[in-house]
Amino acid sequence: MNNKGVDKSKRQFLTSALTVVGAVGSGYLAVPFLAQMQPSVKAMAAGAPVEVDISKIEDGQLIRVAWRGKPVWVLNRQPEVLATLKTLDSELRDPLSNESIQPPSSKNAGRSQRAEIFVAVGLCTHLGCSPTFRPEIAPVDLGEKWQGGFFCPCHGSWFDLAGRVYRGVPAPTNLEIPPYRYISDTRIMIGESSEEKSA
Amino acid sequence: MKPSRLAECGNWVLNRFPVTKFWNDHMAQYYAPKNFNIWYFFGSLALLVLVNQILTGILLTMNYKPDAKLAFDSVEYIMRDVPWGWLVRYMHSTGASAFFIVIYLHMFRALLYGSFKHPRELIWIFGMLLFVALMAEAFMGYLLPWGQMSFWGAQVIISLFSAIPVIGDDLSLWIRGDYVIADATLNRFFAFHVIAVPLVLVMLVFMHLVALHEVGSNNPDGIEIKESKDPWGHPVDGIPFHPYYTVKDLVGVGVFLLFFATVIFYMPEMGGYFLEHANFIPADPMKTPEHIAPVWYFTPFYSILRAIPDKFAGVIGMGGSIVVLFLMPWLDRCKVKSIRYRGGIFKKALFLFVISFLALGYLGTQPVTPVATTLARLFTTIYFGFFLLMPIYTRWEKTKPVPRRLTKVKSFEDQLHEIEEQIPALIDEITEVKPVSTEIGHPAFKGAFFNRRPNPQGIVHVLSRVVTKLKRSLD
Repeated sequence: MNNKGVDKSKRQFLTSALTVVGAVGSGYLAVPFLAQMQPSVKAMAAGAPVEVDISKIEDGQLIRVAWRGKPVWVLNRQPEVLATLKTLDSELRDPLSNESIQPPSSKNAGRSQRAEIFVAVGLCTHLGCSPTFRPEIAPVDLGEKWQGGFFCPCHGSWFDLAGRVYRGVPAPTNLEIPPYRYISDTRIMIGESSEEKSA
Repeated sequence: MKPSRLAECGNWVLNRFPVTKFWNDHMAQYYAPKNFNIWYFFGSLALLVLVNQILTGILLTMNYKPDAKLAFDSVEYIMRDVPWGWLVRYMHSTGASAFFIVIYLHMFRALLYGSFKHPRELIWIFGMLLFVALMAEAFMGYLLPWGQMSFWGAQVIISLFSAIPVIGDDLSLWIRGDYVIADATLNRFFAFHVIAVPLVLVMLVFMHLVALHEVGSNNPDGIEIKESKDPWGHPVDGIPFHPYYTVKDLVGVGVFLLFFATVIFYMPEMGGYFLEHANFIPADPMKTPEHIAPVWYFTPFYSILRAIPDKFAGVIGMGGSIVVLFLMPWLDRCKVKSIRYRGGIFKKALFLFVISFLALGYLGTQPVTPVATTLARLFTTIYFGFFLLMPIYTRWEKTKPVPRRLTKVKSFEDQLHEIEEQIPALIDEITEVKPVSTEIGHPAFKGAFFNRRPNPQGIVHVLSRVVTKLKRSLD
C-alpha cells in the first residue's frame, strides 16, 4: 500500500497528452472528410470550351449556350443600343468595370471585343439567378427609366445591355464576361481567352 | 401467491431495462400545469408530423433516384406508377408545410406566455436549433424533385454563402461540390436530407424534451407550479401528463388530421404555396422562371433579404432575423412571463411583430415592385425593432399583479355558447329589412317583397365595438 497517495500530475500529463494526440488525429481525419465534398476531378475537368456560330444571330437577338453548366449569352447589339449605353454612366455602380470580372480585352465601354457582339455569363452577380432579357424601352412593369437591359426576376437587379449593374439594386458588380476569342469572323470559342492565343 | 410466468418475465426485463421508471418520469408522473389551452397542442403535433415525415420519407427513398438525370422522372414515377405513391408523396410534401405551421404556432405560444424565459432559456435555444435544422432539412428536401424551383431556389440560397467575405466563394463551391448546382449537389443534399439532418433533428428533440421535463412546463398564467406543492410533493396546480394530456392531445391530433387529410386529398398543391407550379417543370440551368419565390415558410426571411439593397448586408439581415430569435431570453427584460399580466406596450409590440411577420411572408411570395420593396423595408424595420428595442420597452413595462396560483378562465364551450347567443342580435344589427326594388315572383301574389340586406351603419357600429374591445385588451 502506498501511503503517499496518488500522483495526480502523471495522470494529468497522460490525460493532456492523449487529448492533444486525439485532437491532432481528429484534425487529420477531418481533412479528407471535408475535402471529399470538394468538386471531383471529373467536375473540374468538365469545363471544355464551347464553339458558337454567330453568323445567324439576327439584329437584337440573344442566344443562350451552356458553358460549364452555366448559361452564356451572345447578343447582337444594334448601333442605337450602343449609343444608349454611353448615356447611362451616371446611373451605374461600376460603369468602367473596375470591380467586375472580365478578360482585359472586354474591359471597355461596351464590355466586348467587338462592339456589336456582347458575350456574358447569364447569372446575376447577386445570388445567381439568370436575369431576363428585356430589350424594350420603358415597359409598363419596369417603368420610365428602363433603357433596355437585363432584369433579374429574383431580387430585382437591373443591368444594361453591356451587363453593367445599376445603382441601388442588390447585385454588387457587373455581369461576368467569360474568356472568349474569335476563331473566324463568324465563330467564337467561349472558354478560351484571346490573350493566351496572341501571347 | 407465486407470481405468474408473465409477471416474472416482465420483472426480468424491468430489472435490466427501466421501462416503468422512464414511463413514470416522463408520462404518468410528469406533472404538467392543469390550465393548458389550445396553444399547447402544437408541441405534440410537431412530434406527430416528425414521425409522419420520417415514415413517408423512408417510403419515398424506396423509389426516388438522387440523380440529376433521373430525379424529376422518378418523382413523377412515384406519383403515377407506384401503388399509393401519390399519397405517400403528398403526405410528405404537405407534412413539410404542416411542420412549419405547427412550429410557427408553437414558437408564437412561447412568445405569448414567456416560455423562453428563466428557467427555460435552454429549452428555447434547443427549440431554435431545431427550427434552424428544420429549415435546412426543408431546403435540402426541396432540391430533390429537381424542378425549376428546386434548382433556382438552391442556386439562390447557396449563393447566399458566397456573400461572406474572403471565404465565401470557396465555401459555396464546397457546398455545391461543383461550379454550378449539379448532380453532385443533388446527391449530397439527398444524403443530408435523409440521414444527417434527421439524426440531428431527433437528437435535438430529445434534448428539447429532457430540458423541458427537468424544469417543467410553463403555462398560460406564466407561473411556476412547482412553487406550491401538496404534502406528497406534487404541484397542486399540476396533473399527470398521462392520462390527462395524452388524451387531450389525441383530440388535437384528431382535429389536426382532419385538416391534414383535407389538404392531402383536395388541395395538395395549396394553390402553388405548398408545391410551387414552376416545380412541375424539370430543372433548366439555362433559364430562371419569370417569378421565383421560396416555399411560403421561408418567405418572411426572404423578404428581408430582398428588402436590403446590398448583397452582404442583405445576407446579414436575413441571418440576423433568425439570430435575434435566439437572443429572446436576454432581450426581454420583463420578469412577468404571461401576456395576461404584461403591459400594453408589449402586447402592442407583439401585435405589430405578428403583422410584420405575416406581411413579410406575403410580400416574399410576390414579385419585386417599388411599392412592395418600400413596404418590405418598413416591415423589416418593425421586425428588427420588435427585438432590438425590446430591452428598452420591456424594462419599464407596467405589468399587472401575477397570481400565486393558476387562474380559472371560461371554458371553450362556455365561450362558444356566449358567442352563439350573441349571433342573432349581431345579425339584426348588421342587416336591415328593406323591400326589394324590382318586382319579382308571380303577379298573382300581391304585396311587397322584403329582403335582408347589409346595413352599413350597423356594420360600422359593430366594427367600432370590435376595435375598442381590441384596444382595451391591448392595454
